[in-house]
Amino acid sequence: MSKEEVVLLDFWVSPFCNRAKIALAEKGVAHEDREEDLFGGKSELLLKSNPIYQKVPVLLHNGKPVCESTNIVSYIDETWPSPALLPPCPYGRASARFWADFIDKKVFDAGSKIWKSKGEEVEVAKRDFIEILKQLEGALGEKDYFGGDSFGFVDIIAVPLTSWFHACEKFGGFEFEDHCPKFSAWMKRCMERESVSKILPDPEKVYEFVIMLRKMRGIE
Amino acid sequence: MSGTDLKLLGTKESLFTYRIVWALKLKGIEYEFVEEDLFNKSPLLLESNPIYKKVPVLIHGGKPISESLVILDYIDETWKNNPILSTDPQERAYARFWAKFVDEKFYEASIKAFFLTGEDQAKGVESIAEALQFLEGEIAGKKKFFFGGEAIGFLDIVVGWIAHWFQFVEEVGGFKVMDSMKYPAFDSWTKNFLEVPVIKENLPPHEELRRVFQGFQQMGLAAVGAKE
Repeated sequence: MSKEEVVLLDFWVSPFCNRAKIALAEKGVAHEDREEDLFGGKSELLLKSNPIYQKVPVLLHNGKPVCESTNIVSYIDETWPSPALLPPCPYGRASARFWADFIDKKVFDAGSKIWKSKGEEVEVAKRDFIEILKQLEGALGEKDYFGGDSFGFVDIIAVPLTSWFHACEKFGGFEFEDHCPKFSAWMKRCMERESVSKILPDPEKVYEFVIMLRKMRGIE
Repeated sequence: MSGTDLKLLGTKESLFTYRIVWALKLKGIEYEFVEEDLFNKSPLLLESNPIYKKVPVLIHGGKPISESLVILDYIDETWKNNPILSTDPQERAYARFWAKFVDEKFYEASIKAFFLTGEDQAKGVESIAEALQFLEGEIAGKKKFFFGGEAIGFLDIVVGWIAHWFQFVEEVGGFKVMDSMKYPAFDSWTKNFLEVPVIKENLPPHEELRRVFQGFQQMGLAAVGAKE
């Protein structure tokens, strides 16, 4: 049996890295997480493996790099097929990819706008953010997970972003559960999974990290 | 191949719509093309793509699929002949990575260079040149006709608009980046791509594109909100 080498270039608070880690955990793939020092100096390996964006996460499978978190989750699903993260039928898969793309385009940026803004802009950012979560609630419908009965692709793309929501709530002065109870219930359901609860950082620690980021950007 | 229950909502000059046209034609799939008026969107479009309200939308057996890259994946998984994506996960990841790069970096930079002026335009132009250099490196490194190898594939289809639409972005936008001396491998790729019969037979006429881009320029940045 050949030994597979799986390395993830990682950063503890990055929701994008956590997507990859949750996917690997769900598949039971043994791997090494290598923490990058994004503020001190990126490693040679990171710069060489992702020359275009120079960002984490990067998955190195037997030395070959795969970049961009949603791409990495797709790669993990295709390389280690069981348990499947995407549904078997093409329409279900298209729907999953559509919502994964929507989440990628909208959620993190909208949430970040809340803690990056000042004054009136915060209210606007908050409204936009809640509207996006409501659209996701529409996609969720009455299902337990985005894919249906089982935790899957879209859940993995979405759930790591939620560890940043507490920071958005503190700076925005709201609780998203009041506006999006279904989304909140889905989040709690996902947190019951070992892969998710063990990997996602404590929201309080994320909040402290965001405070530091704001200081760095001169937002006070 | 059956397509009586297959509709493509699009416009005759939309670069994103053409990706879907090319994929369907490559696989010999029949479909009904529904021309949308983006200034007066049909109830069908608004109902089929309520999130973005944009073209293209593929409707198969009444079920809508939106976002061109998602639609391409769907087509490849539903009709298995003439595959556009490899079965190898590493090659698939490569194609998807570069597709996203083109749609984000190259396209966004093109919008900037087209609509803005002065220093802002110059920044856009610089970003395009940077992106083009990366693409040049990739196609030169492959030592094959196409990103997909000996035949066109997913990534060629996604990059394809640069072979035909981009010259009008430059002409009407008033800047020049494409240069066959600076990007010789990309230039060869462009020529080879445009010779592929399915592509050659399915391109909007030059005059049409020129007119459309002139219209966009007059509308300003609002034009981009109106189309994908």
